[in-house]
Amino acid sequence: MGSLNLVQLLNGLTFAALLFIVASGFTLIFGLLRVVNLTHGALYLFGGYIGYSVALATGSFTLGALAAMVSVALLGIVLDQGLLRFVRRYELREVLLTLGVAFVLNDLALVIWGGDTFSIPVPEALRGATQIFGSYYPKYRLFVLILGILVFVGLWLLLNYTRLGALIRAGVDDAEMVEAMGINIRRVFLATFMLGSSLAGLGGMVGGAFLTLYPTADAEILVFSLAVVIIGGSGSLPGAAIGALLVGLLNTVGQVMFPELAYFVVFGPMAAILAFRPLGLFGKAA
Amino acid sequence: MNRREFLQSTSLALASVGAGTLPAGFAAAQAAPIRIGLMAPLSGVVAAGGREIVEGFNMYWEEKNNTVAGRKVEVVVEDDAGNPDTALQKARRLVEQTKVDFLFGNLLANTGLAVANYVKGNGVPYFIPVIAADDLTQRQRVRNVIRLAGYTASQMPRPLADWALKQGYKRIATIAQDYSFGHEQCAGFAQVFTEGGGTIAGQLWNPLNTADFSPYIGQLANMNVDAVFAMELGADASRFMKQYADFGLKGKIALLGAQNFTDQSVIRTSGEECEGIVSSAHFAEGSDNPETQKFVKAYTAKYGKMPSLYGFSHYSGALWIGQVIEKLNGNIANRDAFIDAVLKSELSNSPLGRPVRFDNYGNPVYDVFIRKVVKNAEGKYWNVPIETYPNVSQFWKYDPETYLKSPPFSRDYQGIKK
Amino acid sequence: MMSNTSFWRASAAWMIGLAVVFGVLPLVTSSYQMSVATEILIFALLAMSIDLLAGFAGRTSLGHGAIFGVATYVVIYWTSTLGGSPWLALALGIVAATLTAAVFGLFAVRAGGVYFLLITLALGMIVWGVCLRWTSVTGGENGLRGVGRPAIVADPTMFYYATLATVLVFTFVIWRFANSPFGLSLRGIRDSESRMRSLGYATATHMLIAFTFTGFIAGVAGALYALFNNFVSPSTVQLSQSVEGLLMAIIGGVGTLFGAFIGSAAIILLENFVSEYTARWPMILGFMFIGTMIFAPQGILGALRELFRRRRS
Repeated sequence: MGSLNLVQLLNGLTFAALLFIVASGFTLIFGLLRVVNLTHGALYLFGGYIGYSVALATGSFTLGALAAMVSVALLGIVLDQGLLRFVRRYELREVLLTLGVAFVLNDLALVIWGGDTFSIPVPEALRGATQIFGSYYPKYRLFVLILGILVFVGLWLLLNYTRLGALIRAGVDDAEMVEAMGINIRRVFLATFMLGSSLAGLGGMVGGAFLTLYPTADAEILVFSLAVVIIGGSGSLPGAAIGALLVGLLNTVGQVMFPELAYFVVFGPMAAILAFRPLGLFGKAA
Repeated sequence: MNRREFLQSTSLALASVGAGTLPAGFAAAQAAPIRIGLMAPLSGVVAAGGREIVEGFNMYWEEKNNTVAGRKVEVVVEDDAGNPDTALQKARRLVEQTKVDFLFGNLLANTGLAVANYVKGNGVPYFIPVIAADDLTQRQRVRNVIRLAGYTASQMPRPLADWALKQGYKRIATIAQDYSFGHEQCAGFAQVFTEGGGTIAGQLWNPLNTADFSPYIGQLANMNVDAVFAMELGADASRFMKQYADFGLKGKIALLGAQNFTDQSVIRTSGEECEGIVSSAHFAEGSDNPETQKFVKAYTAKYGKMPSLYGFSHYSGALWIGQVIEKLNGNIANRDAFIDAVLKSELSNSPLGRPVRFDNYGNPVYDVFIRKVVKNAEGKYWNVPIETYPNVSQFWKYDPETYLKSPPFSRDYQGIKK
Repeated sequence: MMSNTSFWRASAAWMIGLAVVFGVLPLVTSSYQMSVATEILIFALLAMSIDLLAGFAGRTSLGHGAIFGVATYVVIYWTSTLGGSPWLALALGIVAATLTAAVFGLFAVRAGGVYFLLITLALGMIVWGVCLRWTSVTGGENGLRGVGRPAIVADPTMFYYATLATVLVFTFVIWRFANSPFGLSLRGIRDSESRMRSLGYATATHMLIAFTFTGFIAGVAGALYALFNNFVSPSTVQLSQSVEGLLMAIIGGVGTLFGAFIGSAAIILLENFVSEYTARWPMILGFMFIGTMIFAPQGILGALRELFRRRRS
């Protein structure tokens, strides 16, 4: 049994930041394309592994992160154009197809990288701990927190101040109308899919440095992302942020104060919201 | 080579042998191949360890040209996926369909316990170099489940607790994976430490596959302890070590580990966060014993990495059973006699460099090293012995009969002396 | 659409066919193969429970594996930890699974489509979490070891026939349920919930009853599994159990009921076969999911029926 203090609070917040980065991609795809992309977790892991290999080869964390984002965006294109197009509009088939792809990617990763656990090397400047209000805290985790905020700001600017963002928002509200206005909604969908996937890849790289990469990381992050998006509401950025904060903090609180019930603390609220407010806190009706 | 090729080549060899063999009953049994069912997690979280089990095991048989006492050896490998239901399914298949002579392997305690329950019913010999659940050779002993080149969970951490007392540590906190292997290893440590006058300031338990140790590290930092005893294996060990260092605790609070914590499978992909951690085990790849070094060099040459506990234990297990089968001239048809022979045997010329025998309960007695992680000449991390505790059995210094009367270790009963 | 009599005849033919094929199996197979067949039967029952809900009520669940496993846990806990009677254990296991399904149902019935999937997934995960962490009762990670089967069914062949009989009986029960007026109203709700509601049907209550009934069936399968496996652990209730059950239902053909046998046999036999040569079963399973979704979403039996329908017209 432990007490909550600044360190634990920061733990919850930094984990929430990572969850936000990953879940924001998930919620965009769910909100706009109405696809529950169960491959999202595998994209996180695959992206992380690719970023790891690139970072190891080039010695640069940034290059690794870029490689992760780009490669996973490409995987996203393959997934969307190559597979999902055959089951468009059939919600359940889409979901189950993405589940199948998740299995394949997970096993493929096992073949390529093996089952060892990898820790992505943190750039020199972010190693070690720093003092915050009297407690020591790892610099890298603070970086993750800041990055999460930056991603939020970046996405918010994208959604509210760019044409693409406007199209996405309109599409989340009413995809048919956007199409009726003569806009090639397919291109918007594709762009969103790529964006969402690349966020998963970025998450894998960033998360891989403090949570490490290992064969079941994909299922774990997927389940958390699901919880975040369900609690926050699909297609909503503030929803994803609030959802991530809730899940991240609840998870940490649960582990510290109620270790026996750790899962319940996260999935209980998720099930409750699904039952009583299925659209989540900020979700909009289809 | 993969299993398919292996089976194909051995069956070709068999065909050529069989063609010239007289089919007289007894003689036919002698010439028939010995089939060993090896189960290991080849997928899932501990897939890396599972792969090493297969590598270590196969390395021995390949050294011997897959022959022992004139009989060919066929190793049939099955993936238990780190999942007890799958392990049971595969065990059934190996015994009932493939008709193996005996079973070997598994890694996670829950898979081992499931299979042990299965063989309890049919008497098939089951050798477990890595499954360490205490009670399999204590209160719930199954005669045909034998820890060949294996150990119990609580056996190894006890000397470490004694060593910790000698270093002057008075308050220690423990963190362990929340399942029976973790409970038992931690209890072994806690029992000896508190009996020697030390205090366990607190005990933390994390579920297997904890990605984020920060909540635990946050608590450990506040417990005001001289050292932390960590029992983690696989990915959890890597992560804990790393996050411990990230939070600035490395160097501030001494870190002691159970044997899997600083196993090669963990430290070979770790950075400097693993340096200096002290653990205890019967095997230390950095030991200067010539037998050990010969094995380590051969293993490294073959697989490009130093042997972990999984590779070492299964190599030694194969070696041990090979020696027993040789002694019996390949006649293992009588299960009782086979098991008797195993329990009375002695492991010699193994990478441990010293003979090993069983105690009266089917568990080996070892010299246990207190080891430290340092960099070797090639810049890679390995465990080097800094002290030796001779002849450590699963009962430490306790009288077995009295010990068995106390309850088994669990999360609630940690053997802590009040 | 087949006429009523030919429909009854076709279904009867199926039931008899199954009884015959599975009935003679022990005469031509080894004891190991028979145990595989037993497993196929048990999982066919699980797949049928999922199919009933998905095919007839239009609700795809990812929680039935957990419901199945609850029965297994209760049976083993009752006989092993509490040392109770195995027959009472079976009854309690089935009751526990049914209650779990009722609770799941209460949460899930007002949702549809993907949200239904997600709720059942979340609830299944909660069950898994409880089984994993409530170590004092469930044994946690280590699970619980069984005490063997009661004497009458100790012999593998006897157990096989007992399982076959049980599965056939419940297959009949499910079939009656699906083709009863209640079952028809479920299909109505599947096709258009709003219309059914405007006709005065209490759709949520219907769904709840349907969900609970399928949970009951999954519980029967889970109880049989306890006797078969003699062991239970969190992996019995984990998500992949629900996923495999769903895949079996899909491959056999959602809405066909008897397809569950085909799906169960396909997956279990394939897994046995594949894992002898490669460790890449998860990848193959994944490709099967993808392939089925793209090329044969109606499953094997569904595709066959399409073929017959087209030939007829």
